Amino acid sequence: MSKAISVEHLSYSYPGVDDTPGVAVFEDISLTVEDGSFVAVLGSNGCGKSTLAKQFNAILLPCGGKVYICGMDTSDEERLIAVRRSVGMVFQNPDNQIVANVVEEDVAFGPENLGVASPVIRQRVDNALRQVGMYEYREHAPHLLSGGQKQRVAIAGIIAMEPKCIVLDEPTAMLDPQGRKEVMDTILALNAQKGITVVLITHHMDEAAMAQRVVVLSNGRIAADGTPAEVFSQVDLLHSIRLASPETVELCYELNRKGFSLPLDKLSVEECAQALYDAIKA
Amino acid sequence: MLKDITLGQYFPGNSPIHRLDPRTKLIWLIGYIVALFTAGNWASYLVVFLFLAFVVALSTIPLKSILTGLKPLVFILIFTGVLNVFFTTGEKPLIAFGVIRIYREGIIRAVFMMARIFMLICGTFLLTYTTSPISLTDGLESLLSPLKKLRLPVHELSMMMCIALRFIPTLIEETDKIMSAQKARGADFESGKLMQRVKALIPILVPLFISAFRRADELATAMECRCYQGGDGRTKMKLLRYKLLDFKAFLLLVVLICAVILLRVFGL
Repeated sequence: MSKAISVEHLSYSYPGVDDTPGVAVFEDISLTVEDGSFVAVLGSNGCGKSTLAKQFNAILLPCGGKVYICGMDTSDEERLIAVRRSVGMVFQNPDNQIVANVVEEDVAFGPENLGVASPVIRQRVDNALRQVGMYEYREHAPHLLSGGQKQRVAIAGIIAMEPKCIVLDEPTAMLDPQGRKEVMDTILALNAQKGITVVLITHHMDEAAMAQRVVVLSNGRIAADGTPAEVFSQVDLLHSIRLASPETVELCYELNRKGFSLPLDKLSVEECAQALYDAIKA
Repeated sequence: MLKDITLGQYFPGNSPIHRLDPRTKLIWLIGYIVALFTAGNWASYLVVFLFLAFVVALSTIPLKSILTGLKPLVFILIFTGVLNVFFTTGEKPLIAFGVIRIYREGIIRAVFMMARIFMLICGTFLLTYTTSPISLTDGLESLLSPLKKLRLPVHELSMMMCIALRFIPTLIEETDKIMSAQKARGADFESGKLMQRVKALIPILVPLFISAFRRADELATAMECRCYQGGDGRTKMKLLRYKLLDFKAFLLLVVLICAVILLRVFGL
């Protein structure tokens, strides 16, 4: 499989203001994301999750090492637009990424910037809005929509640019449970049906558990990397970097400390209940 | 309470006026204003008024909403009327009371001026009531595009207008939130003298400005992510095209202006 994103020995520090030394975020980090995969990046606040996301889109450029998007070096200025075309970004606050005051005009913003012909934009906008389930709201004003709906409009605006990869930086942090579910369902569908590579940055364990792969960041280094079951069963490690496993795993972990011997890789409620049932029966 | 602001409110609809190209409506408004200021006698005012009534009827916008929109401007109307009544001199005063002399010409002039302002505002309101802000900015951009040759940043201006319009409701919501937060901490916005009230606004304005700048920063990043590089090489989803309806509207405009000029020249 080819690599959508490949980070090689990346180091980055935020520049200091007036002679003060800058703040180093990454010293040497390497990571590859396969085409078509769904990767969740986890980490406690301030561990560099968002900084990493901004590297994928050439908003920030590496101080050392390289970031390649579909084989293109992000520090190559001539490739800047091509890089941004391949990687779409969705941010935390939906209000601050919607440009126009009609939903469909906002979705059209990206393709318009790319100089796509008008009839094609119309098609792309309609398709994108259908994919996120917002087609019937196409003529609404964004400020009258709910948070989840706004965030889905923002996602549609990215899909309309037809990127290979979407990076979502805590897209559900400002949403209520209903909005979170809507957004997560949309992301999962995009990955499964359209084969779009998804990098989801989050601090919700249950969202990360839906991914195919989980990468845990801590102090600018990769602390754990693997399938959700592999990562979340390392409960002690997660606790040491101020993270928690999903509640199901935490439950089994606590019970194990009280003398049970339950498996720690049962993430869903059904699996966990089955494991508990088996343990009690045995 | 801040939600009641109806700045440039748009009433969605599907009337012939709504369907007109925004450029046609903008040119119409300019032509209409020219006609209004050319009009100099009863007959020509009547012609302009009839045209206005015709457009209002076509637009299917309830007369009531237009009149409510006029409310804040009643003061200006009356003020203009009063000024004209008192400060126009003529041949024979109708009423002479001390220094105050009211002439027949003054009254006629006041009525004309008030009618002019009234019709001017109504016409402008009709434009914003029947045109969505986004098509209005599109129309402006397209009409002003010849000025690009003079290095005028036409695209940037219309983009700025568009974003400003987009963020008005968001910032109003934010102001409401900040006011509630400050009230919860005991701030008082409703009592005191004018100066005290103005001073009480500072704790609202400071956080509002800070958050507006933060929003602007995030929006700029989001726009960059979506490959925004200014107006060059940009396409539009909705292309503006003149239709038969627009040509009819232009014809009507020519008739209006000619009628007013003829009436003025021949002084009917």
